[in-house]
Amino acid sequence: MADLQKLDALSRKLRYRIIETSHRTSTPHLGSCLSCADLLTVLYFHFLRIDPARPTDPERDRFILSKGHAAPALFQVLAMRGYYGDELLADYGQNGSLFAEHPPTPAHLPGIEAATGSLGHGLPLGLGMALAGRITNSPHRVVVVLGDGECNEGSVWEAALLAGAQQVKNLCAVVDFNKWQATGRSREIMAIDPLTDKWKAFGWDAVEIDGHDHEAFIGALDRFEAVSNRPTAIIAHTVKGSGVSFMQDDNNWHYKIPNESELHKARIELRVEA
Amino acid sequence: MRNAFAKEITRLAAADERVVLLSGDIGNNLFEDLKRVGERHFLNCGIAEANMIGVAAGMAMSGLRPIVYTITPFTTTRCFEQIRVDLCYHEAPVTIVGTGSGLSYAELGPTHHSLEDIAILRSLPGMTVMAPCDIREMQAGLRAALRHDGPVYMRIGKKGEPNIHTSEIDLTIGRAIELRAGQDIALLVTGVIMPEAQKAADMLSKQGLSVGLTSFPSVKPLDTAYLDDVAKRSKLLVTVEEHGRIGGFGGAVAEWRAAKRNAPPLLMLGARDEFLHVVGDQDYARGIYGLTADKIAASVTNYLS
Repeated sequence: MADLQKLDALSRKLRYRIIETSHRTSTPHLGSCLSCADLLTVLYFHFLRIDPARPTDPERDRFILSKGHAAPALFQVLAMRGYYGDELLADYGQNGSLFAEHPPTPAHLPGIEAATGSLGHGLPLGLGMALAGRITNSPHRVVVVLGDGECNEGSVWEAALLAGAQQVKNLCAVVDFNKWQATGRSREIMAIDPLTDKWKAFGWDAVEIDGHDHEAFIGALDRFEAVSNRPTAIIAHTVKGSGVSFMQDDNNWHYKIPNESELHKARIELRVEA
Repeated sequence: MRNAFAKEITRLAAADERVVLLSGDIGNNLFEDLKRVGERHFLNCGIAEANMIGVAAGMAMSGLRPIVYTITPFTTTRCFEQIRVDLCYHEAPVTIVGTGSGLSYAELGPTHHSLEDIAILRSLPGMTVMAPCDIREMQAGLRAALRHDGPVYMRIGKKGEPNIHTSEIDLTIGRAIELRAGQDIALLVTGVIMPEAQKAADMLSKQGLSVGLTSFPSVKPLDTAYLDDVAKRSKLLVTVEEHGRIGGFGGAVAEWRAAKRNAPPLLMLGARDEFLHVVGDQDYARGIYGLTADKIAASVTNYLS
C-alpha cells in the first residue's frame, strides 16, 4: 500500500527545493519542473525498483526524463532519494558544476539514465533499454516522462510505432500534458489532440489521469504492470507551475526566476519549513 | 560486400550473445542465417532511422552490442543528431554500418549517394570512422569495432568489390596498411575506391614513377605516425576517396599536414562540391567526379607537370 500522506509531503518538499534552487541559482524552467513534480515523487518513492547504492545494477528499473529541461526537478528528487548528498548540489548552476540546465550523462552523475535536453530522444532510448531487457531476460521496467510539446518531435512517434509493433510490455511513456510549450498553447501550435487516441492508435494501452493525483497515477502504474501484450501510455493531465497559486498555468514561469518574496509566498503555500 | 557483411555478422553473433543487428527495413533475405542463430540477434526497426539510433544506444547502455545497418545517407545525414547525442555524447558502443556508400548506388541518384558522411561523422567527439577497402578489411574492421568501447561508423560498398588483401588480415583501429612502398608518390586511399587507385598506381609506375599505395581503413583516428613516416619518404602525397573533397579523408590528412614544416605537397582527389544531375552507373559517376583509374593517374601527372 502506498503511503499517500508521505508522498504528499515529499511532493511539497520537492516543489520547494526546486523553487528555492531556481531562486538561489537563477536557473529557469520552473513551470515545467512543477508540472511533473508529482509524477517524479510517485515514481521515485513508490514505483521504481531502484537502489541508490547500486545505480548500475543491470536489473534496476530505468527512468528517463525525456523532457530534459525539467532536470532541476530530477536533480532534486535524486538527492532526496539518496543518490548523492545535498553537498553535491552546492555548486548548482555555477561554472564547473555537474548540474547544467539539462541532465549530464550517466557516467557523470549516479541515478541519471540518459542525458536528455534535445527533445524526442528519451522514448527511443527507453525503447532500446526495454528491448534489451527482453533480449537478456532482465525483469527491469522502463518509464519515460515526455512533455506534450516534446510530442511535436517525429522521433517520438517513430518509437511509438516500433514499440507498438514489438508489443514491448515493459515500457511506459508518461506524457506530462500541461497544455503549454515554450511559446504558446500546445494544442494550438500542433494538432496534439486527441492525444490519448493517438497512443491507442499506435498500439499502446493508454489511460488518462490527473497527473497531480498520486493515487490515480499509482493506479495507472498498476495497470502498466498488469498489461502483458502492449506498451503503456499514461496521459497525465497536469498544470504548469502546479502547487503554487501564482505560478499555476502561467507560461511566463517557463523562464521567470522567483524573487525573495515569491519564494517566501511559495514556501507558505507549500507548507514547508524553511 | 553486403553479402560478406551478413555472413560476418552471423559468425560474430554465433560467438557473442551481445550482438544485435538493427536493420532499417533493408536486406530482404540477407539476414536469414543470422535469424537462425537466434531471433534475439535481429530487429527490423522499420523505416525510422532516428528512432533506430536511439534504440541502439539504449541497447548498448544496457550491455548489448548493436550494429545498425541501412543505406548510408539514411544512417548518417538523416539521423545525425541522434548519432551525436545518443551515441557519441553517451559513448555508447554501437557500430553504424552504412551500406552502398559513396557512389555505390549511383543509379539511384543523389538521395542515395553519400559524399558527406566521413566529413560529418568524423566531426563528432569520440566517433571512430572506418572505410574498409575490401571484404577482408570489412571483416577485420567489424571484429575490431566490436572490441572497441565506443561508437564506430563504418561505410561499406555494395557488391562485386574485388579483394585487395589476398588473405584474412588483422586490423587495428587507427592504423594504416601499406600495400606498396614508393619513393616519388604516396597514394593514400580509403574505402572501396581502392581498386581504381591501385590501377592508377600501376599506370603511373609504367610512366617511370615510383608509387606507393596505402590503405586507410580508419579515417578517424588517423594514423598520423604513419603519415609522419611516409611524408619523409615521398615527394608528393595524394589522397583518394569516393567522397566529397570537403572535410573527408583528404581533409583529415590536410589537417595533419597543416602544422608540418617540411611535409610534401598534398593533392586531394574526391568528388567536386556538386550533386550529380545525370543518371549512370557507379563507374560512370566516378568518371564524372574524376575518380576512375585513368583520371586519378591523369590528375597526378597534371599536377607534376
